Amino acid sequence: MAETNINHYAAKDFKSDQEVRWCPGCGDHGILASLQKTLAELDIPKEKYVFVSGIGCSSRLPYYMNTYGFHGIHGRAAAIATGIKIANPDLMVWEMTGDGDALAIGGNHYIHAIRRNIDIKIILFNNEIYGLTKGQYSPTSKKGLTTKTSPYGTIEEPFKIGELTIGANGRFFARTVDYNLQLSNEVYKEAARFHGTAVVEVIQNCVIFNDGTHDAFTSKENRDDNTITLRHGEKMIFGKNRDKGIILKDLKLKVVTLGENGITEKDILTHDAHEPNPGIHYRLAGMSLPEYPVALGVIRAINAQTYDAAMIEQHERVQAKSRIRTVDELLRSGSTWEVK
Amino acid sequence: MGKRSKVIEKDAVVIRFSGDSGDGMQLTGTLFSNTSALFGHDISTFPDYPAEIRAPQGTVGGVSGFQVHIGHKLINTPGDFTDILVAMNPAAVRANARWLRKGSTIIYDSDNFTEKSIQRAGYKADPFAEDKLDSMNLIAAPITTLVKEALKDMEIDPKTVLRTKNMFALGMVYWLFDSKLKYTEDFIEEKFGKKPLVAEANSKVLRAGYYYGETIEALTPSYRVDPAPIKKGTYRNINGNQATSWGVLAAAEKAGLKLFIGSYPITPATGILEELALRKDMGVKSLQAEDEIAGICTSIGASFAGRLAVTSTSGPGLALKSEALNLAVMTELPLVVIDVQRGGPSTGLPTKTEQSDLWQALYGRNGESPVPVLAAGTPSDCFRFGFEAAKIAIEHMTPVILLTDSYLANGSEPWKIPSTKDLPSITVPYAVKTDKEFLAYERDPETLSRKWAIPGTPGLEHRVGGLEKTIKGSVSYTPENHEYMVRIREEKVERIVRNIPDLKVHGRKTGDLLVIGWGSSYGHIITAVSELQQEGYSISAAVFNYIRPLPKNTAKVFAGFDKLVVCELNTGQFANYLRMKHQKYTYNQYNKVQGLPFTVKEIKDYCVKLLKGKKNG
Repeated sequence: MAETNINHYAAKDFKSDQEVRWCPGCGDHGILASLQKTLAELDIPKEKYVFVSGIGCSSRLPYYMNTYGFHGIHGRAAAIATGIKIANPDLMVWEMTGDGDALAIGGNHYIHAIRRNIDIKIILFNNEIYGLTKGQYSPTSKKGLTTKTSPYGTIEEPFKIGELTIGANGRFFARTVDYNLQLSNEVYKEAARFHGTAVVEVIQNCVIFNDGTHDAFTSKENRDDNTITLRHGEKMIFGKNRDKGIILKDLKLKVVTLGENGITEKDILTHDAHEPNPGIHYRLAGMSLPEYPVALGVIRAINAQTYDAAMIEQHERVQAKSRIRTVDELLRSGSTWEVK
Repeated sequence: MGKRSKVIEKDAVVIRFSGDSGDGMQLTGTLFSNTSALFGHDISTFPDYPAEIRAPQGTVGGVSGFQVHIGHKLINTPGDFTDILVAMNPAAVRANARWLRKGSTIIYDSDNFTEKSIQRAGYKADPFAEDKLDSMNLIAAPITTLVKEALKDMEIDPKTVLRTKNMFALGMVYWLFDSKLKYTEDFIEEKFGKKPLVAEANSKVLRAGYYYGETIEALTPSYRVDPAPIKKGTYRNINGNQATSWGVLAAAEKAGLKLFIGSYPITPATGILEELALRKDMGVKSLQAEDEIAGICTSIGASFAGRLAVTSTSGPGLALKSEALNLAVMTELPLVVIDVQRGGPSTGLPTKTEQSDLWQALYGRNGESPVPVLAAGTPSDCFRFGFEAAKIAIEHMTPVILLTDSYLANGSEPWKIPSTKDLPSITVPYAVKTDKEFLAYERDPETLSRKWAIPGTPGLEHRVGGLEKTIKGSVSYTPENHEYMVRIREEKVERIVRNIPDLKVHGRKTGDLLVIGWGSSYGHIITAVSELQQEGYSISAAVFNYIRPLPKNTAKVFAGFDKLVVCELNTGQFANYLRMKHQKYTYNQYNKVQGLPFTVKEIKDYCVKLLKGKKNG
C-alpha cells in the first residue's frame, strides 16, 4: 500500500547516531528496522514522536531512534508515557517494553493504561525470558521452563498477553513476529492510526537465553500451518495450502479443513476486529498450539473515547462554566474579608 | 440580643470542639474559625481526628477534635491549653482533660452522659470528679432533648434531627462570644440548598443553641475578644494543603507553564490532589494515578513534555516514589514532590503530625542523589514555599522536595492575600535551536543546570534516561565521566544557596541561647521564645525553611550564641544533619515524638532549664 509522505522521510532519518548494542541475531534488530520504516511512512513530523521505555533489552530502543526519547525505570514506561501524552496530546507516544518490564514489575501501570485508553502505542517484545539480567523466567515463560531461577522448571502458569490485555478492557490488540517486517509494518501503522491504547505483542526471539522458544509457529517449516494472519473483513483461512479455516461451533473456535465434511469457504468465520464484544477477540488472542494456530495481525481494534481526549473535553466544559482563569482571581474567590 | 451580665475580656481564647468522629466537630470548628476570622480575630486551628472514618462510638480512640485559638493579639499556634471545651460525650472529656486550663468552661451534652457511655469512656461513674474537673465551669446542656424539641414540628427523619446537634453546640458557643450567625447561616444555605428542610432544621437548631445560651446566661460568663491589630488588606482563611496547591499554581502561572499533578490518595496529603483537581478552569491537568509510583512517573513524563509537574504524598508514599525521584535527579527535570509528613514508620499514625521524614527526604535514595529540600513553617507559608519549591525546580532543573506535615496541612489561619504581581519572576531555561548540535546535558555556567528541550520542538530531538550520560546524552560507563557527573549534580544543588535568602534570627543576633527549629515548629518556637524574651531571658530563635542547601549565613548565626538547642518532632534528625554540616557547634536537642505538635509551655520549660533560670544581666 503506497503512502503519501508529506515529510519525505526515509527510514534512515530515524536512525540515531548511537551504536546498536543488541546481540547479533537478536529479534530486536528487526523490530527497530520495521518501526523506523513505519515512522518514515506516516504523515507526522519527526519532532512529534516520543519513544518511552522501561528497563530491559527492549527498552534500549529509544536510544536508537532519532526522535525525542525517554529511557525510564523498570516497569514504569506506561506511567511515564501517560504523563507525556496528558501533558501534550499533540505528541505521538510510543512505549517500548518487554514481558518482564510490562507484565511483572510494571503490571499495574500496564493494565491501568489500557483501562484508561490513553492514546499511547505499546510495543511489547515478548521473548518469554529476562534477557538483560541473563536468563531468568518471566511472566510469559512456558510452564516448566528451566532457567537460572527455575533450575527444576517453573511451576507458574504464564500470562497470555492478548487475554490479559483484552481482560483489562483493551481496545486494540495485535500480534506480529520480529522478523516479519512486512506484517510488522502493517500492524504498527494500524496501531499508529488507532486512537487509544494500542498494544502490539511482538513475538521476539532471544538468541542467547531462550533461543527458539517460538519455533513451533515461527520457524520456516511451521509458520504457514501454525499461524493465522487476521485481517478485518477477511475470512479466517490459513495453512500452506490455504485450506484450513476457523469456525465457531458449540461456542468454541474450531479448526477445520476446507472440502472436508462439506466445509466450504462460507462456513469460515470472517474477522471483525471492530466488534465491541470482546468474547471472540479474547478467544482468538488466546489461541495456541497444538489445538489452534497462533493468531497474528490486528485482532481487536474498537473505537472509544481516549483518556486524553476526555480530559480536554472536561476542561472545556469546566472552563465554559467557571469564571476563574488567573491565580489572582482564584485567591480572591470564595470567602474573603477586608481589614481596614 | 440580650444584655450580658458577666463579660470576660481576653486577649486570646482557645476553644476545642470534641465528640465522636461522626459528630461533625471538624465542620463546627471550621465554621467557628471562619466566623472569628471574619470578625477580625487572628486565628490558628488544629484539627485532631482519628484515622478511622467512624471509629467505635463513644470511645476515647474515636474522639475527633478541632481546636481553634482566637486572639486580639497575633496568634502563632493553636494554643497549648483549652479555655472552652465543647464535649459531645464523656469520651471527649476523657480525651481532653489533660489539656484544660484551670477555670475552663466545659459545655457538654448531658443527654449523652449515660451510665453506659460514661463507662465506655473509661470512667466509673462521674467523669468530672474522676478527672478532677469539678472546679471547672461546667455547663450541662441536654442537647439531644433540646434539638428534638426544637424540630418536633418538622417532618424530618430522626437521624437528620440528631445530626444537627453540632449546630446547637455551635450556637451556644456563638452566644458566649456574642458572634454573628450570618456566616454560618449562609454556609448552611449553600450546603443544603437542594434540601431546604435540612437547611431549615440546621438553622433552627443553630438559633436554638444561641438562645439557649442566652436563657442560661446566669450559669456562664461570656467572652469578649477584640479584633487583632492586623495589617490592612484582603484576607481569607487558608489551610496548608490549599496554600501549597495554590503556591505551585502561582509558580506555574508566573513561569508561563501549565500545571500537571499526578498523585495517589494518602492521608494527610490528599487535599492537594483534591484542590488541584478542581482547577481545570485554569488548565491544571490532574491524574489520580494507580499507585504512588505512577503518581511520580506520570509527573516526570509531564515534566519531560514541558509542564510544571507536581506529585503530592506522605511518608509511606515518598518511600515508594524514591526510585522514580532518582530518575528525575538523573534526567535533571523540574519536579515538585510534596511530602505532607505524618507519624511513622510504616503506616504509623496517619492523621497525626511528625517531622520524621527529614532523613528520608535528604538521603532516602540509592546512589549519590542530591535533592533540594524545603520546609514550610505555617499553613499560609505553604503558599510561599509551594511557589519557591517550583521556582527552584524550574530554574535549577531539578526535583525539589517540599516538606509540610499534618499539622500544617489541616491547620488554618487568616492570610493576607498577595497579588501575583508582587511574586518573584521565574525564568524557564528553555533550550532553543541553534546551528550547533543540541547537547542534552550542556550546562549553564552559573547555575550548572541543563536546558529544557520540550518534545515537539523541531531540531532538539534528544534522549534522556536513568543510565549515566555524557554531556551529549549518550549512555556512558566511563569511570571519569561518572565521577564528573556525580560531582556536577551535587554542585548544581549546592549552588542553589546563591539564590536563597539568609536565615532570619528572631530576636538579638547574640545571646545565651538560640532555639533552632525547622518547618512547622515555627509557631510554637517563636511564641515560646517571644514570651521568654519578655520575661527577660537572653534568647533568640532561628527556624529553617531551607534545609538543603542550608542558608549561607547559618554558621554565622550559630556563632552568636553560647548555647544552641534544636527542637523538632522526631528524635533528632535535623540536629544530626547540622552536626554533619556545621561540626564545630554543640547542639542540645529537644525532641517529641507523640504525633502532636509542641506546646509552647514545654519548649519554654526546657529552655529555662538549659539556661538554669539565668536572665539578662
